[in-house]
Amino acid sequence: MSEEFNSDEYINMELLRFTTAGSVDDGKSTLIGRLLYDSKAIFEDQYEAVKVASEKRGEEYVNLALLTDGLRAEREQGITIDVAYRYFSTPRRKFIIADTPGHIQYTRNMVTGASTANLALILVDARKGILEQTRRHAFIASLLKIPHVVFCINKMDLVDYSEEVYNKIIEDFKSFSTKLEVTDIRFVPISALKGDNIVDRSQNMNWYQGPTLLYLLETIHIASDFDLVNCRFPVQSVIRPFSDEFHDYRGYAGRVSGGIFKPGDTVMALPSGFTTTIKQIDTFNGSIEEAYPPMSVTLLLQDEIDISRGDMIVRENNVPQVDQDIDVMMVWMNEKPLKLGGKYSIRHTTKELRCLIKDIKYKVDINTLHRNLEDKNIGLNEIARVSIRTTQPLFFDKYKLNRITGSIILIDEGTNETLGAGMII
Amino acid sequence: MTNYSLNHLQELEAESIFVMREVAAQFENPGLLFSGGKDSIVMVHIARKAFWPARIPFPLVHIDTGHNFEETLIFRDEMVGKLGAKLIVGSVQEAIDSGLATEETGFSASRNMLQTISLLSTIEKYKFDALLGGARRDEEKARAKERFFSHRDEFGQWDPKNQRPELWNLFNGKKKIGEHFRVFPLSNWTELDVWMYIRRENIELPSLYFTHERQVFKRDGMLLAWAPFMMLKDTEQLETRTVRCRTIGDMTCTGVVLSEANSIDDIVAEVAASRETERGNRADDKRSESAMEDRKKEGYF
Repeated sequence: MSEEFNSDEYINMELLRFTTAGSVDDGKSTLIGRLLYDSKAIFEDQYEAVKVASEKRGEEYVNLALLTDGLRAEREQGITIDVAYRYFSTPRRKFIIADTPGHIQYTRNMVTGASTANLALILVDARKGILEQTRRHAFIASLLKIPHVVFCINKMDLVDYSEEVYNKIIEDFKSFSTKLEVTDIRFVPISALKGDNIVDRSQNMNWYQGPTLLYLLETIHIASDFDLVNCRFPVQSVIRPFSDEFHDYRGYAGRVSGGIFKPGDTVMALPSGFTTTIKQIDTFNGSIEEAYPPMSVTLLLQDEIDISRGDMIVRENNVPQVDQDIDVMMVWMNEKPLKLGGKYSIRHTTKELRCLIKDIKYKVDINTLHRNLEDKNIGLNEIARVSIRTTQPLFFDKYKLNRITGSIILIDEGTNETLGAGMII
Repeated sequence: MTNYSLNHLQELEAESIFVMREVAAQFENPGLLFSGGKDSIVMVHIARKAFWPARIPFPLVHIDTGHNFEETLIFRDEMVGKLGAKLIVGSVQEAIDSGLATEETGFSASRNMLQTISLLSTIEKYKFDALLGGARRDEEKARAKERFFSHRDEFGQWDPKNQRPELWNLFNGKKKIGEHFRVFPLSNWTELDVWMYIRRENIELPSLYFTHERQVFKRDGMLLAWAPFMMLKDTEQLETRTVRCRTIGDMTCTGVVLSEANSIDDIVAEVAASRETERGNRADDKRSESAMEDRKKEGYF
């Protein structure tokens, strides 16, 4: 790596966030271990520590799962409890892996990992084909609107690298995938253990003409994953220096959640509805001509209007929905069940309000996607369509249009715990 | 055609700025933990960017073990002066003198563990409700499980098995009186990202990070810098070597590496080629397999 390392290349890399779901049996840890090891992201002292730990546990192989299972309880029980984040890079891209356990009782972790991902990697054991678990992972990827989903048909070495087996799995999946809303689905036949089609093309599967997994991860087009059309700027705070040099400075700090903002644009502030123009877009390194997602900037406006945290700056002729009533797909994340008629704190962009659960419309069976209209008991790891009324209007987009302005969380007013994650329909 | 995308360092910086602004907005009395190490220096740099042209709206908090490299303290005071920032020092020596903490004895005695006591009493004294730290998830396996907003109970304890889920960029900083948060804006950065950022932004660092001659001795496979308060075993010998620090912490537990790296570019090349993590030189992590998790549960950084 030292001879090849080029600082200027490194500066210009893109960032790809992906999530992996699966159990140890699918070879997920082996796959992650291989990606990390082959890209030299596992260091000798880490490898040494894992080797020693594996030997202590009387395990035959160096157990790469111990790299990601960072908590004592996880290592003791040999399971992954919580999302673990891993990092590696190739000369083309930097990758963040949100590694999540695949069992049904950890749905909340899968959803957490998926919420910020550009891509989901779903492992399928070639010997077993599409299982309930595979369908669950695909559904979560679809629900969380992960733009790209890659199915790794793993353990191809154990089915004699058979093209038929591979095709059969793809066929099976397609009959199910019509129910899903994922725009970009790919399949790669691999053997994580033997290294087939991970970094290098497999000599054992000449019938496969597609890219290797790493090549796919390095080249998949992610620049258009953000909404560059509908301008949304949730205000985080107002910057007022109160200094001699910047006496009258009043800037609105925030992160662009959609669209491209330019000085001179006519904008509207919500909820007031006042319009003005953008005077200047500031960063520490100077004023800039365009601000787009996910940049953190400060907007200066031509007129002094009343804007504070929780407000949103948008284009005059392209406003989000404004309403006190929203419908969401809610993933419940707490032992205490969702309560019909219950009052909760709700957080949406930089806004925090109170809300009431008006209706639980149906529960979704996460394995079959079947809608259950009778069962209104929504417990930990369950998903339901819910109607919510907020104390004041929210400014939002449908989640499928914008993952930032279309998402909410519910917070318990007594314990302050995060209870549920909602995607606005 | 303009390419409307950020490169990874720009995206990481934008994320860190967003997190810092959330802290300023959601908490009443935050502070920024400053150790004099590169990560906390990068934190201060990003904090300046996040609130410019206003000043950083929170004080820097340094937990001083009394066993710091002299260079660190000089650098700290110069930087605070330039920024016009407020500095709060929590002293481990004071905690020992007042009987709050008991000094470890023996050859590998370190004040690393005692920092937790000073840190928690500093939080109590100044009523901090959030402390920003420069810890990264790539550093250590327990840290890989950290949230951006990490809740601490009234005893300053972390409960890793019962963390709040953290989705999208919706950070839940709600807490009861007496509880606080640790917030880690650099969560998604790697060591190499930090160095590349220092290079890109031309950030000034303490001289310790660059090659220099120093009296060192070997212990448990590490090279440690010598200071008058460090006890040598009979088998250990002082020697003068050309070294630099890869991390900077308390002298008793921070190893140095043999290096001739004299510039940021040299360091970047060295880090990119390195086969050991930066914490491989930290005696505090080597005490047991879950040393970091155990310390963090008690309230460590």
